[in-house]
Amino acid sequence: MKVNELAQKLDMKILTGNETLFKDITGVYVCDLLSWVMSHAEKGNAWITIHTHLNIVAVALLTEVSCVIIPENLAVEENTIKKAEEEGIVILSSSLSAYELCYRIHELLA
Amino acid sequence: MSDSIINLSYNIPANDFTFAGEASSNVKKMLSQLGINPMVIKRAAIAMYEAEINAVIHGGGGIADIQISPEKIFICIKDEGPGIPDVEVAMQEGYSTAPEYIREMGFGAGMGLPNIKRYADELQIDTEVGKGTTVKITININ
Ligand SMILES: Nc1ncnc2c1ncn2[C@@H]1O[C@H](COP(=O)(O)OP(=O)(O)OP(=O)(O)O)[C@@H](O)[C@H]1O
Ligand SMILES: [Mg+2]
Repeated sequence: MKVNELAQKLDMKILTGNETLFKDITGVYVCDLLSWVMSHAEKGNAWITIHTHLNIVAVALLTEVSCVIIPENLAVEENTIKKAEEEGIVILSSSLSAYELCYRIHELLA
Repeated sequence: MSDSIINLSYNIPANDFTFAGEASSNVKKMLSQLGINPMVIKRAAIAMYEAEINAVIHGGGGIADIQISPEKIFICIKDEGPGIPDVEVAMQEGYSTAPEYIREMGFGAGMGLPNIKRYADELQIDTEVGKGTTVKITININ
């Protein structure tokens, strides 16, 4: 499943306007400890995190996740979105909790 | 074959999270352009990122020097911060002195140095309390 399909199926907002929406999602990784994410997230994972500051862009870039999903409608800083767009990172926003997101994405990827 | 060595240098600003990870991201792009194996790039990028972030958070900023040769990637991150009193303790998973506001940003799991060790082929940490810390990371390309 591609990032854009997932966004559509789960009614998520695409916060970044860029053309990297067509990456394949290989699974989900949920964690808010950045150095843990750095060593455990796998390429293509959709990464769910409650962090919204700039550094999520660097982590997403270096781990090559397919997108970052911010749960529970948390507001994302403008400079994070801008940086993500520059680096070709997609940030999605959802009203669902991390748990609900995992559950729904699991169903969709199964 | 000194002409096939690429040297890169970056300034790492202190406590400035706006650019934290910028140097590692740039090096990663350069390595991709050179067509280096993606697994090797990932290891180099993660190890460098962790050292870079440590320089930002703990070291009061510093300098990153990178040499890319056909055989290996050498990364040197140098700061003039407080130094590490006990490197063996600092290397343990979960050990962190990061203050609360840093932890709230998602840093401070105490996984940075263990990550570097895991991904580097060679790791050397030279540190002196009150003087600073130099982290040297070597990643073999083949
Ligand atoms: N450049 C440095 N200067 C001074 N102290 C350092 C430096 N790098 C690491 N340390 C010390 O070693 C500890 C462990 O570092 P490590 O990178 O493993 O964890 P962390 O930075 O605290 O958390 P994380 O990397 O998981 O976000 C730090 O908390 C700090 O006390
Ligand atoms: Mg660290």
